[in-house]
Amino acid sequence: MSDALLSVRDLKVHFPIGRGLLGRSAGSVRALDGVSLELRAGETLGIVGESGCGKSTLGRAILHLIKPTAGNVIWLGRSLHDLDATALRKERRNMQIIFQDPLASLDPRMTVGQIIARPLKTFEPALGKTETERRVLAAMQEVGLAPEMVRRYPHEFSGGQCQRIGIARAMILRPKLVVCDEPVSALDVSIQAQIINLLRRLQREHGLALLFISHNLGVVRHISHRVLVLYLGRVMEVADRDAFFARPLHPYSRALISAIPVPDPKAERARQRIVLQGDLPSPFDPPVGCRFCTRCPRATERCHREEPALLDQGAGHLAACHYAGEG
Amino acid sequence: MSDTAAAPVPVAEPPRLGLSPFRASLRRYAANHLAVASSVVLLLVTLACFIGPFFFPFTADDADFDNLSAPIDLFSAHLFGTDDLGRDLLLRVLVSGRVSLALGFFGAIVSVFISVLYGSAAGYLGGRIDDLMMRAVDILLSVPFIFLAIVINVMLGKNNTSLFIAVVVTLWLTPAVIARGQAVSLRSREFIEAARAGGMSSFQIILRHIAPNSINVVIVYSSLLVLETILTESFLSFLGLGVQPPAASWGTLIAEGAQKLETDPRVLLLPGAFLAAVLFCLNYITDGLRDAFDPNER
Amino acid sequence: MLSTPMSADPDAVAATAPILEVKGLAIRFKLPQGWVTAVDGVDFELRRGEVVGIVGESGSGKSQILLALMGLLAANGRASGSALFQGREILNRSARELDEVRGSAMAMIFQDPMTSLNPYMRVSDQLTEVLTTHRGVGSAEALEIAVRMLERVRIPEARRRIRLYPHEFSGGMRQRVMIAMALLCEPALLFADEPTTALDVTVQAQILELLADLARDFNAAVAIVTHDLGVIARLCDRVIVLYGGRIMEQAPIEEVFYDPRHPYTKGLLASMPRLDESPHEDLRTIPGQPRAAMGDLPGCPFAPRCEQRIARCTQETPLLLRAGDGRAAACHLVAP
Repeated sequence: MSDALLSVRDLKVHFPIGRGLLGRSAGSVRALDGVSLELRAGETLGIVGESGCGKSTLGRAILHLIKPTAGNVIWLGRSLHDLDATALRKERRNMQIIFQDPLASLDPRMTVGQIIARPLKTFEPALGKTETERRVLAAMQEVGLAPEMVRRYPHEFSGGQCQRIGIARAMILRPKLVVCDEPVSALDVSIQAQIINLLRRLQREHGLALLFISHNLGVVRHISHRVLVLYLGRVMEVADRDAFFARPLHPYSRALISAIPVPDPKAERARQRIVLQGDLPSPFDPPVGCRFCTRCPRATERCHREEPALLDQGAGHLAACHYAGEG
Repeated sequence: MSDTAAAPVPVAEPPRLGLSPFRASLRRYAANHLAVASSVVLLLVTLACFIGPFFFPFTADDADFDNLSAPIDLFSAHLFGTDDLGRDLLLRVLVSGRVSLALGFFGAIVSVFISVLYGSAAGYLGGRIDDLMMRAVDILLSVPFIFLAIVINVMLGKNNTSLFIAVVVTLWLTPAVIARGQAVSLRSREFIEAARAGGMSSFQIILRHIAPNSINVVIVYSSLLVLETILTESFLSFLGLGVQPPAASWGTLIAEGAQKLETDPRVLLLPGAFLAAVLFCLNYITDGLRDAFDPNER
Repeated sequence: MLSTPMSADPDAVAATAPILEVKGLAIRFKLPQGWVTAVDGVDFELRRGEVVGIVGESGSGKSQILLALMGLLAANGRASGSALFQGREILNRSARELDEVRGSAMAMIFQDPMTSLNPYMRVSDQLTEVLTTHRGVGSAEALEIAVRMLERVRIPEARRRIRLYPHEFSGGMRQRVMIAMALLCEPALLFADEPTTALDVTVQAQILELLADLARDFNAAVAIVTHDLGVIARLCDRVIVLYGGRIMEQAPIEEVFYDPRHPYTKGLLASMPRLDESPHEDLRTIPGQPRAAMGDLPGCPFAPRCEQRIARCTQETPLLLRAGDGRAAACHLVAP
């Protein structure tokens, strides 16, 4: 798609494990094994999956904080792979990231003001002190932080406030894309809602593209326009949000949706749960055939033999399953 | 009582000051009475050495021929007596203390500076560069210290500069290893990843994030370094490889005193006592600094 | 009335005497700046056969309550008040006195199974240790009981797996091992501190099913501490809502979710993203952030964030008033 901000093609990230006596690799953990996706301006793509699916690796590989083993990340029409270190660093002003642990992502020895001003100092070093201060205060106001907090230190703040600091830092240069790596998982429920609303507002006001990585489908539903499901480093399903939740085509998606605890006792107890058997296979040694076949309630002999391709099942709803949508 | 819903009452939050981790550590240090007392004593000794001599009506080299080998007499002009050349013992100790202390502190500061930058760079950059840099350190560590000191003395002549260099060259090694270890553990922390994502170059990250966050460990170690530099200098001077006469340091005085031990023990005891006192204080200060600053202790 | 009650018949449960009675529980910690109150004025009861959910966010003190009851408070913590377990006081008892009931009649499951299991001991040894210590059975018989318990918590190939070390199990299986360990001595009272928070959502569902079944089979009193209202909705018969170290509301499960009375409970329920609601609206939020150790300030701990607060709320701490039919709320705006 020509108007896509970000286009990822067949991205692979393999981490080699161990070295034999002769320096040969003993195999690798295939954290990402061929992921493709597209993202347009002003749109949120929710990336969901459980542990070991590679979603955190995906966010970092797209930003080239981790070097991909194979595949292509095309950002604003240019392949990131072709950029040298300096050009890549320059491009970072347009692609930012916020992290799962709000406090850990802030330098404990810097004040809030210094933390938020850092990207300005990196990319616009000629900016004077007054102007820097003005922009830092404006960024703080935008995320709902009181201006008098500017000289405080991260450890004096709650998790939600730390996350706001991280968002202010990410937003100060008006990036086009922000990768959100489980940004609300470590926060209290009542604070999660505040941060989600903030991200939505920032997206509306600035036409921001968001890559929202989370294991919490309820939260993903509230912020995403489209949803992508990862399992063991491969894409299982991609769809528009409403289509995804109304009619999930992949058995794993169905299991995920059915596993979301609902704060409604009657509904919760009346529900028929899809309970997956078995354990998550190791990314070091994924199953032959469909990656999900060892736990899928409707796996057949074909599933253990032949890996299904990610196919368009109609209206842009992609699923990688031989029996997509059946049953 | 009627409880009508009034306008929302703002709840007064207690005012909170921006307490940097550094200042929090300082407070913890200040609460350690032994460390603070030792700091005061050390400060007094330092002041005595640098300012004290101005209160004497004579200099350290002045020979008072009327009072050769005078005994300790707290009410005379020579508080602790004179040596066999008539030089006031106390004044000699104070003046030579300047050399020992200055060498100790400056040597430590320079060592810390070099080791932090070197170790942070090696630890953060990792890979081959780290291997190379640390192997160089390992090689230097395996060279016997005396051998190095002698070589430097031979190359640069016997003067204070070569002493300074000899001391620094040997002492920056271990803190560099420690700083590197700290950098390695820091580099996988999320705020470093955030800095990379923020477009900072490796150089900027090392300078602005890694090195400042290693200050804790470094402060603890630098106090140990002062101890070591003073000891090292004393040792080298004792061996004749350090400060050359007519200049004196506590090491040279102790060397002198050792020779005259049977005839006049004061010449050894006075500088020895000063040195011991300083080392004693530094020990407590080091402990206090570690308790207050070391992130691993908390 | 729910079609499938999670526990035994609620009326029969209510008729029995409580196995745990907590009155006026307060927990304080000695910090450099002085004593700080983390929990205050907590009263509740637990009966065999019921599952009670204790829900709260960070700073609510929910975990501290469990730790205090189990005698596991940190060294600088002090619990006051009364907690009667089977009629005997368990607060502030010596470790030796508590060891008689801990692990046998009173058991606890922790959040992170990796750190609560000894990584250097085989699972078989850890399980049999519990049995030989508390029930005095021989090691061969203990192994048999342990294997059967692992089968009961649905660990496949239990007899083979029991010889493995904790790190050789997956997260979900480790949690099952923890549950097995807790149930070995058939406790009358089971505490679970965020038992599924560290697990993937598909595994969570399995563990919750398991807990519910086992609680029913053993007729134990179960108290689950969690921040996850969905977990509460699935498992619990009664809910205690905590904020800032005080109980805000207590009620049977349906009342809490369908007819909450306390503003905090209402706010908490409203701020959760629901699959059955439109995603287009902004989520409803509770302004401000949760703070810990509110116990030393006057007034209701939730007042700074409460949109319905009145002047009285910041001056006078509301008492937990019972409203009959098992409900209680601590709010000046809620009439008993």
